Amino acid sequence: MNSLLLWIPLLPLLGFVLNGLFGRRLPKPLVHWIACGATGASFLLAAIVFQRFLNLPERLVQVVYFRWIESGDFVANFGLLLDPLSMVMALVVTGVGFLIHVYSIGYMWADDGYYRFFAYMNLFMFAMLMLVLADNYLLLFLGWEGVGLCSYLLIGFYFHKPSAAAAGKKAFIVNRIGDFGFVVGLVLLFVTFRTLDFRTLFAQVAALPVEAHYGVLTAITLLFFVGATGKSAQIPLYVWLPDAMEGPTPVSALIHAATMVTAGVYMVARSNPMYGRAPETLFWVGLVGALTAVFAATIGLFQRDIKRVLAYSTVSQLGYMFVALGVGAYATGIFHLMTHAFFKALLFLGSGSVILALHHEQDMQAMGGLRKYLPVTAATMWIGALAIAGVPPLAGFFSKDEILWHAFSGGARGHLVFFGLATLAAGLTAFYMFRLIFLTFHGRTRVPEDRRHHIHESPRPMTAVLAVLALLAAAGGFVGLPAWLGPNVLADFLQPVFAQLPSAEAAAHAPHDLAQELAVTGAAVLVGLLGIAAAWLAFVRRGALPDDEKRLGAAHRLVFNKYYIDELYDRAIVRPLAWISESWLWRIVDAGLIDGLVNGAGALAGALGDGARRVQNGLTRTYLGWVAVGAIGVGLYVLFLFG
Amino acid sequence: MPIPSLHVLILSALLFAIGVIGVLLRRNLVVMFLCVELMLNAANLALIGFSQRLGLLDGQVVVFFVIVLAAAEAAVGLALVIALYRSRRTLDADQLNLMKY
Repeated sequence: MNSLLLWIPLLPLLGFVLNGLFGRRLPKPLVHWIACGATGASFLLAAIVFQRFLNLPERLVQVVYFRWIESGDFVANFGLLLDPLSMVMALVVTGVGFLIHVYSIGYMWADDGYYRFFAYMNLFMFAMLMLVLADNYLLLFLGWEGVGLCSYLLIGFYFHKPSAAAAGKKAFIVNRIGDFGFVVGLVLLFVTFRTLDFRTLFAQVAALPVEAHYGVLTAITLLFFVGATGKSAQIPLYVWLPDAMEGPTPVSALIHAATMVTAGVYMVARSNPMYGRAPETLFWVGLVGALTAVFAATIGLFQRDIKRVLAYSTVSQLGYMFVALGVGAYATGIFHLMTHAFFKALLFLGSGSVILALHHEQDMQAMGGLRKYLPVTAATMWIGALAIAGVPPLAGFFSKDEILWHAFSGGARGHLVFFGLATLAAGLTAFYMFRLIFLTFHGRTRVPEDRRHHIHESPRPMTAVLAVLALLAAAGGFVGLPAWLGPNVLADFLQPVFAQLPSAEAAAHAPHDLAQELAVTGAAVLVGLLGIAAAWLAFVRRGALPDDEKRLGAAHRLVFNKYYIDELYDRAIVRPLAWISESWLWRIVDAGLIDGLVNGAGALAGALGDGARRVQNGLTRTYLGWVAVGAIGVGLYVLFLFG
Repeated sequence: MPIPSLHVLILSALLFAIGVIGVLLRRNLVVMFLCVELMLNAANLALIGFSQRLGLLDGQVVVFFVIVLAAAEAAVGLALVIALYRSRRTLDADQLNLMKY
């Protein structure tokens, strides 16, 4: 078990090393056999470990492989922690990761840098698995930064394209801002508790009371949440994620929808003993999540680029997960993380299939009627869209419904506001998703006549992956049935991780009002269906196109341009920083002060040397004169000393 | 009636000063060389003066050593002067300034 566990992250690392070092010389099939083999084997191992894990008397395994860093009383181990939470994450990451690797064989086949792509993908898998399996915060942070690096490398995969290179940089820099908060939080955490190990730390935290006002736990958790807003693309640091769509579509599916961006959700859930004792932070988590969910959903309404719609949808769904965390329903957050991984990966891969069929056309204005040409893609995308819209009994219905119910019934401050915003976001989500479906697959095709016969369904590996993901998106919700329907397998499985919480206990003992719950469910489904119906009216009945939306005038312009947030950040932050950097830090501090000091020191030594060498003029008599002066000096010295 | 030590020392000091000034001011290498000899002999005179004053022979012994050394030095020094004159056709110390910065 111990060594099996280690091989789960190590296999993808091995794949990265092989493909990274020798991939250029290897034939393409071998490259993808290595990469997919490594992740596939990793998934199999995770499955075997899962099976053994279920049979353990106590479902908790911590293995310390070696002491990684030791300095004074600061100790960080290289150790892995397997508990229900990391087990679920490892299964989702390896499972979805493997499927997307397989899909990439078809999608990236014609690309140069085939080996480079798979090497980065495997490195990403390694970093992500380290993140979810780490047994202490420092190792988690290693994975956290590792996935950030891979995200940067893969967004900028087409680095010869200036927009892709800029998007990569943007992602990296925006994440740096969040990570700064995370690092400060880590330092504060260590200073307070003298440990970064999860189990030791949480045992200490368990003895602390719930902080009624701002205290050290609130400070730490807020700083951690700053890190989470960066990685998981929440207000105000969400701006990098839509731009990250410059990367290849499998990257968008794996990193920027299914796994990496959920790292913030995982981290908050992992830190639940601390968050549970900091209600102030939880309020902010929920508020930011709810606002992001609505805000990003509105931007998604008018986007024309098929991948951008999905990107804003991802931001919005991540907001949903934070709403769940904010009301203390950690298991529900993880549940939505899982179902989202299924249906969002499916939607991204489906859009990738469309993009590939249309030779890298991403504007929905130029699509339409594609279900005739891409039957498998259309069918699976339909399932994904129904799932995200929350239509029963698909996966999204159960997880979204559970979030709404917890937001409605939870006792946390502002929970009804969160509930209202989340319900609104659910309606918007259903609308923009079906706008995408109708504009892409229905109506008359707007693909130019001469290019229509080039459209054909994607190769077998891709459609097979779409089918598997569609199955997961359809059936994945049954692991988390609501109380009135059956056992919630996932929540029961995760229960030991979240059990020590005061708020969880309170929630468990809260009276379960069946009528209320059914009403909430009904409202959620109704809102989703209303969104779908509105989309059908606008885009099927009336046959509206993205170009027609311009007639909405100023509102459309504002939303289409993403509320000019990027421009605002540019004016308010980027340009002042660039100005200060150039006119002050560069021209005055660097060129003036630093260069002045360095060059001045050199010039001073030169001047002194130049003066001193004049003494050596080659004339014997001068030298003798100095000898005489010296002799007289020594004589006088002796005279004064002994005279 | 022995010569008072003070007189000997004054003469020695004068001779030494003349030697120093000669070395510093004269430009002909041969004359500078002579002046160095003068300084050596001024030192010899002072040694003899002390020897007489203290009634010890040590000073006189040192003087013999100095004379022998001066002879050797003169041999080497004059050889150098001749070699220098052959190559440079001058013995003006101010013209011999190639060994500078």
